[in-house]
Amino acid sequence: MTRVLMEGSHAVAEAAIQAGCRFYAGYPITPSTEILEYMSYRMPQVGGVCMNAESEIEAINMVWGAAGCGVRAMIASTGQGISLMQEALAEMANAELPCVVVNMKRGQGDYFQATRGGGHGDYRHLVLAPHTVQEAVDLVQLGFHLADRWRNPVDVLGDFVLSHTSEAVAFRPLDERDLPPKTWAATGARGRPAHNVTPLGAPEKLRLNPGSHFAAIAAKLPRIAAAEKRCETGFLDDAEVAVVAFGSPARFVKYAVHVCRERGMRVGWIRPITLWPFPDETVAAAAAGLRAVAVFEQNAGQMIDDVRLAVLGRVPIVEIGGISHDHSGFGVGPALEPEHIIARITDVYRGQAAA
Amino acid sequence: MESLKKVSGKPELLLSTQHSLCPGCGEPLALRTILELVTELELRDRTICVCGIGCYTAFPGIIDVDVLQALHGRAPSVATGAKRVLPDRFVFTLQGDGDMVSEGLQEIVHSAARGEKFTAVLLNNGVFGETGGHMTTTSVLGQRTKTTMATGRVAEQHGWPIRIADVIAQLDGSVYVARGGMHTPAAIAWTKRILREAFQVQLAGTGFSFVEILTMCPTDWYVDATETPDWIERNFTPTYPLRILKSP
Repeated sequence: MTRVLMEGSHAVAEAAIQAGCRFYAGYPITPSTEILEYMSYRMPQVGGVCMNAESEIEAINMVWGAAGCGVRAMIASTGQGISLMQEALAEMANAELPCVVVNMKRGQGDYFQATRGGGHGDYRHLVLAPHTVQEAVDLVQLGFHLADRWRNPVDVLGDFVLSHTSEAVAFRPLDERDLPPKTWAATGARGRPAHNVTPLGAPEKLRLNPGSHFAAIAAKLPRIAAAEKRCETGFLDDAEVAVVAFGSPARFVKYAVHVCRERGMRVGWIRPITLWPFPDETVAAAAAGLRAVAVFEQNAGQMIDDVRLAVLGRVPIVEIGGISHDHSGFGVGPALEPEHIIARITDVYRGQAAA
Repeated sequence: MESLKKVSGKPELLLSTQHSLCPGCGEPLALRTILELVTELELRDRTICVCGIGCYTAFPGIIDVDVLQALHGRAPSVATGAKRVLPDRFVFTLQGDGDMVSEGLQEIVHSAARGEKFTAVLLNNGVFGETGGHMTTTSVLGQRTKTTMATGRVAEQHGWPIRIADVIAQLDGSVYVARGGMHTPAAIAWTKRILREAFQVQLAGTGFSFVEILTMCPTDWYVDATETPDWIERNFTPTYPLRILKSP
């Protein structure tokens, strides 16, 4: 299969095109801007639409319109811009509108925003966290599939590192023949009764019934959680300590664990690929025989809550990451230095780090 | 009975005459006028209505055209997404003055400036009707609302109303801008004419079309329904005269 060298942001954009995305709306914000730049010339080549919107709020509501017409649509921003979109991102889940939301975060402080939902009401987004450019390509394509399958927005969490790293990638189309046609979309009611695509739920006997609709949305969430948990693990067979990490920092952690192994420490790693649903059974099973679980994340401690919920106090859990930025605030800081991570893991391994 | 000719009835695109709006409200009249035109122009099979949030949000459940329900203020952005991906469909938005001119000023102005090829309809009664009669951006000076009860709208305290149609008409992206009303049979006939012209601009694909419709709100104006036409003539049309502000 042909591989091409692409910057992460461009690869993510091209993956969307290859997945049949034909509508993109964006508002410039570092480090997601290159996706908008790429889409601005690539979309017209495939007969799609790219909107250089006047605000994040306008952009996400344009995506709402395109998605409501049954067209695959994507938006990208970073945490601040995603914050501005939250009203729509919450209500799109209620309206059961599929779309892919890429957050090229600054660090990893947006874990709660993505996994808990930054908006109002009872909803979740599926959240996918790639750690390489190839995985980002694959997860964007999977994201469109899952969005359509579950009729729910899917978030792809990248970051500054992923957005600006160039790697050789291959675009592998998914077999999507099992997806049902979008018979619910608003397309003009030719030869059929009218559709009302609304976050309040389609009318029943000409009356809206939001309560029963919200209950149906809530009932969908456990089904998604049961079907879609994804996780990657390494070196767990004889491990005494495991490090949990997601996204780009997980790549640094994998390297650090490798070095620790070379230095004789029985250490493994756990990398959640879906952050919601969180792969709690995998984490719990992996933790069962360990002396400690270390959590490396580039924030003040967010995913560690999900690790604690998975482990339920059976094993000590140690935070070994932290907020780490350079002067730009874009989330690339000294905590990502491999020797720093190795030292933190070593401390946990030797029992010198407090849980 | 054969000598009787039916001159009026329920529009075919209205699935029920049961709605939850107040007696004397102007919004059902506006909806009726729009639905009659959709039928007359044979647009039903390719129509997408993008509906905002207000009293009129009760309509989508009882009309026989596809609807995308939008959030408060955002209908023009949703309509942009819809019309851009399905350019051969007939797309119109339905928003009140609180929705469009207060919450959604940015969306409507930018959509007009971009020359989006849908038709935006403003139902302007100068109050937040659904929440119970609070001041909006388009409340006229002197208007008593729940939040201007003691004094009426006072410019020094509450600012001046925005004549959004005049703003839209100034933008290069707008092609057709007009203002009508639902308060007299003549005004309704006028409004049907300007709506038809606006819809035809969309069908010709030449740019953004905009129709403002003054609608009665007896409940939140604290006047008897029979007095609302006079109320509009005395209080609204001096600020919002019925006219075509821009046409091709």
